[in-house]
Amino acid sequence: METERTIVIIPSYNEEKNIPKVIEGIKNSISKADIAIIDDGSSDNTSLIAKSLGAEVIKLPFNMGYGVALQTGYKYALENNYDYIVQIDGDGQHDPRYIEDILRELKKEKVDLVIGSRFLANKNQVPFFRRLVIQLFASIASFLTGHKITDPCSGLRVMNKKITRFLVKDIYPEDYPDADLIIILHRAGLRIKEIPVKVYPNVQGKSMHSGLRPLYYVYKMFLSVLLTLFRRDY
Amino acid sequence: MPLRQKIVVLSIAIFIFILVLELVRRRKLREEYSLLWLLTSLAMIILPIQYDWLVRITHLIGAALPTSTLFFFGLMFLIIINIHFSVKISKLSNQIKKLAQENALLRNRLEKIEDREKQNS
Repeated sequence: METERTIVIIPSYNEEKNIPKVIEGIKNSISKADIAIIDDGSSDNTSLIAKSLGAEVIKLPFNMGYGVALQTGYKYALENNYDYIVQIDGDGQHDPRYIEDILRELKKEKVDLVIGSRFLANKNQVPFFRRLVIQLFASIASFLTGHKITDPCSGLRVMNKKITRFLVKDIYPEDYPDADLIIILHRAGLRIKEIPVKVYPNVQGKSMHSGLRPLYYVYKMFLSVLLTLFRRDY
Repeated sequence: MPLRQKIVVLSIAIFIFILVLELVRRRKLREEYSLLWLLTSLAMIILPIQYDWLVRITHLIGAALPTSTLFFFGLMFLIIINIHFSVKISKLSNQIKKLAQENALLRNRLEKIEDREKQNS
């Protein structure tokens, strides 16, 4: 029997300070997996450092945003026929030690996607307002899918090929893929589970949710969730 | 409609009409975008000449003055062409996204081949 292949995809934008730690952490946690950095048009040395540490580098020509970077990773994984895809953020907020647990859960529970939830263990890991907004959409997603969803926008996920094949399509919501994506996946008959994980506060202190973007995020998510219900093309 | 008003409107309309045709001729404007602009300038040419049409349309939509009818349709035209542009930009963004992804994946593949060749030589 052919062995199952796993890839860890890491969307990164100007993460030269954090990326070595993330890559080393992944290597220590899960030795058999390949690692691919999706460099989202960084202006620093993210790509060079990642390559020198033995990671595969997929460099987007300009900054396209988190969702597009992720989808590029899914496309790479599918092209290269990986069976399991782990996604983890490049900023070092996730502890790579959880990858093994989440992967085990995916195989054991026979689900298609396992999300590492920041809220199942200790709620205080996330700032108050962000938590409020995330939990609002988590409850909408839970209500619409009939499963308990606590952290629809966690960046630590493990999925099988079935999900990846779905995510490379054009219907993938590339700006902020979270609650709407969970609902789309559920409606497409794919199985989702969450397990608790701990996160470190963002090392560099920067976030993709800053300035007016949270407002846009709330608007986008409401619209997207609402219209997802009226679509038939999932 | 006073003659002076007619002359102003007609000369602007004819100018736009010729400008659009000239831009298409120089390939600075694609044919698909020229249609809406040409139709609008045509309407601007016809309505002042066939003034009773404008009056009839004004009654039909319930506007008070023929001039407000012209403004109303001008505004409608701008809204429609803007929505059209938004749709087009969304489509272009999606195509750019795909190109960027394809570019990244191909570059990765190329680098792998080059690295392998370097090792072999």
